[in-house]
Amino acid sequence: MTLLNVSDLTVTLATSTGDADAVRNLSFSLDGGEILGIAGESGSGKTMTALSIMGLLPYKGKASGSINFDGKEVLGSSKKKYQHMRGKEISMIFQDPMTSLHPMLTVQTQLTEHMRYHDKMSKSAARESALKLLDTVKIPDPASALRAHPSQFSGGMRQRIAIAMALACEPKLLIADEPTTALDVTVQAGILRLLHQIRDERNLSIMIITHDLGVLSSLTDKILIMYAGSEVESGPARELLSNPRHPYSQGLIAALPGASREGKFLTSIDGMPPELGNFPSGCAFHPRCGFAEDRCSVPPIDATVVSKGHRIYCPVNPFAHDRVEQS
Amino acid sequence: MKPVPVLTPVTKTLFTGTGLTPFIIRRLLTAVVLILGITFIAFSVTQLVPGDPVAANLGQSAYSDPDIVAAFKAEYGLDQPVHIQYITYVGNLLQGNLGISLSSKRPVAEDLREFFPATLEIALVAVFVALVLGVILGTISAMTRDRLPDQIIRVFSLTGVSMPVFWTALTAFYIFFFVLGWAPGTGRLEPGAEPPPQVTGMYTVDALLDGDFATASQAVSYLLLPALVLAVFALGVITRFTRASVLEILGNDYVRTARSKGLPERVVIRRHVLRPALLAIITIAGVAFASLLAGSVLIENVFSWPGLGQYAYKSAVGLDLPGIMGVSMIVATVFIFMNLLVDVLYRVIDPQMKDSK
Amino acid sequence: MILSPNTRKTLKALETPTEKKGKGSTNSIWRQPLAIVGLTIIGVWVFVAVFAPWVAPYDPYSQEFDKFIPPSAEHWMGTDELNRDILSRVIYGARISLPYSILLVVLSTIIGTIVGGVSGFFGGRVDATLMRITDMFFAFPGIILAMAVAAALGPEIRNAVIAITIVAWPVYARLVRGLILNSKSSDYVTASSLLGSSSIRTLFVDLRPNISGPVFVLMALEVGTALLLLSGLSFLGLGATPPSAEWGAMVSMGAVNFDRWWVGLFPGIAILTAVLAFNFIGDTLRDALDPRTAKALRD
Repeated sequence: MTLLNVSDLTVTLATSTGDADAVRNLSFSLDGGEILGIAGESGSGKTMTALSIMGLLPYKGKASGSINFDGKEVLGSSKKKYQHMRGKEISMIFQDPMTSLHPMLTVQTQLTEHMRYHDKMSKSAARESALKLLDTVKIPDPASALRAHPSQFSGGMRQRIAIAMALACEPKLLIADEPTTALDVTVQAGILRLLHQIRDERNLSIMIITHDLGVLSSLTDKILIMYAGSEVESGPARELLSNPRHPYSQGLIAALPGASREGKFLTSIDGMPPELGNFPSGCAFHPRCGFAEDRCSVPPIDATVVSKGHRIYCPVNPFAHDRVEQS
Repeated sequence: MKPVPVLTPVTKTLFTGTGLTPFIIRRLLTAVVLILGITFIAFSVTQLVPGDPVAANLGQSAYSDPDIVAAFKAEYGLDQPVHIQYITYVGNLLQGNLGISLSSKRPVAEDLREFFPATLEIALVAVFVALVLGVILGTISAMTRDRLPDQIIRVFSLTGVSMPVFWTALTAFYIFFFVLGWAPGTGRLEPGAEPPPQVTGMYTVDALLDGDFATASQAVSYLLLPALVLAVFALGVITRFTRASVLEILGNDYVRTARSKGLPERVVIRRHVLRPALLAIITIAGVAFASLLAGSVLIENVFSWPGLGQYAYKSAVGLDLPGIMGVSMIVATVFIFMNLLVDVLYRVIDPQMKDSK
Repeated sequence: MILSPNTRKTLKALETPTEKKGKGSTNSIWRQPLAIVGLTIIGVWVFVAVFAPWVAPYDPYSQEFDKFIPPSAEHWMGTDELNRDILSRVIYGARISLPYSILLVVLSTIIGTIVGGVSGFFGGRVDATLMRITDMFFAFPGIILAMAVAAALGPEIRNAVIAITIVAWPVYARLVRGLILNSKSSDYVTASSLLGSSSIRTLFVDLRPNISGPVFVLMALEVGTALLLLSGLSFLGLGATPPSAEWGAMVSMGAVNFDRWWVGLFPGIAILTAVLAFNFIGDTLRDALDPRTAKALRD
């Protein structure tokens, strides 16, 4: 059953040089209990996509299109509706656990305040469930953790607390924006394992945003790759990672260190991602693309379905023949 | 700084440790040095500029009599060389003796005890009013950023800091006393009224302590207008500062987290934004308070308010160095201690600062 | 001088190096409505000051009218105790208040820049000593010292300017020192000293643009404060003295005759508009320079 259906989402931000589209005509969907990974370099519009679902776009940001959550249109809801939805139906964890927790409030306050608001829980009931949550996310000694301030925990522990906060009101969807980027590599795996386990236990949908495809390979069911605010490719995780069809995805995956390509040099994509407000027309990747033709700079770029659930936005589709020959 | 070897380990940690007590001790020592420095500045600056305190304080005929002049100089130590005068002054100061005022002929400490509470009273009311209103207006301004309420509040607060306070006092007095008749007039109490027995020197407080509610309410009615006039400037400052602080904090990740939890905006603002902003705002209010003490010079004269400002004015005109230094020191002390208090509050309230030195 | 909280914030903002300079930021200042209002008001006052003899309806010192005529068609702002036309006096007052306020700011800037420059450039013990002295001035209630100095020098506007300069320079010293310390550690100064340029050259040639911008903004902000202090001293009788048509001194005549509201009202409005205009401009300039605000707008 489809839980989240985003179609034709465009996010416009105010920059010092005028309005610019940070996300352009993005469509995707997410089923209940599914984990979707959105990947792309920084500035590709991943975070803005997440924030527009939450109704938390930054100052002077506007979103258009449609965001359907659990059968209801969400985009353009009243403040009140968003408030009831946030934390309760959809919750979010952010990139940097060092700054995303309030430095002056105790863990207990931060963990229980929205339970008490959304679920009208008594203080002691909220405390009980906070203790259970801390246990779920494997914080040692939950009782004393509740009394502490975030500054007394390490980054990994703080991110676990943030996850506990996000789970507090048993949301249907958890959006994780680069949840492991700011953490040590050894801590990252633990957080990812925790997310996976929580999905299995609670049948929760997770939308995980990252620039690190390595994070996605072990965790996700579906992957969507973004470049300069637009989708370039999406599909089932295993299929997309083993058989990427867009030149940009190819580049990203080739840049990934992995056991299968032992002995080969890691490759990189030449050039820099474009800046907000200066996205090239047509396929925004064409200036950096080795397969680019004249038509690549002419909008609109249409989707090409590669196989069931797997599509790319590339007019050239340079790897199509490989595929045909293989199958 | 060089380590001082004579210190025992215990006293050493008292001075160099990272805890709260060593911090306060270090700051108090700095404060003493700062205050001594202030006396030095006041002394040297007033010595460098021409001006004869004898002429300023003796009448025309007395000034032409060399015996009287010599006696006056001897009485106040003005016949000594300058550096001796300063050393004598500091020596007395360290024993808590602020000297004798040339213009009032009374001990400066006694004068200050009389005049300071009057100014303190209006400054406290002013800063309280400004703080309450300023935080509300500044928060509204930040939350409606660039929209109409924000624009209006910004123009008003800029106007507040741009008004010449002596003119505001005059205009307010004209409107509320002369035209509307709401304000009772000048001074601290009705002419001839008996002031309450001095405890704090603030009439409202003293009258309440004395159980004399009639005098207390009368004192309130007299102090309201000068206090509100004084509050205008501080209100502008605090409103503007609150707006800036709230805007800065609104941009923090933890506010986005609070919003992502679906908390109502008023909870987000009160708990997650104002709480950290308040520390900064209180700092500013503390500093504003000290500058109000000095700023009252310009309004006490309009309201015939017998406070520190009037005393400072008389001392300045009379080139009365002990008086000037007394006033300067009391204001500077308030200023320094406000800063110290705020820094201590910071360390107590903000758990993150506890760990760092 | 007790640092007004405003000034504190400004100092902090000004000392922080601007992330991105040029490109539209300075141009857009002149598109801000507040700055335009401010510039217009200043423009009007400058015009009035320069062309006072032509603009003013009467001689500001002539005592040819009746005393205390309320505002009327002949005397838009009425007349004062000494039978003089208040409008003409307010107009001539612009010739005193504006230039002396600006002079005051320029003098303070020069002293402050020298002290702050020496402090920041030499560092070490020189810096420590100078900054302690600056701290003392900061903790000093400025208006009280200014009053004492002005009283000692004798009531005259020139002396009031000197008195206020003595208490006003530390703001600039602190700013300039902070800017130099910031720039010293920046990459391009390291680069230019690696390229063998002398440190003096670095200070005067390479750093100048980075320092002059913020200092200019501070000056714009401080003209208003200077005008308030200067007119305040005159109000107390320690600055400009009668018969001089100084705005603060004129307000003090209103204080004596407070029931004749027009005597004090109009000169006060003159001070208010001029100070407000400078604050409008200074504020807009500061927002344009303040990287945090700029960043907040971009986010």
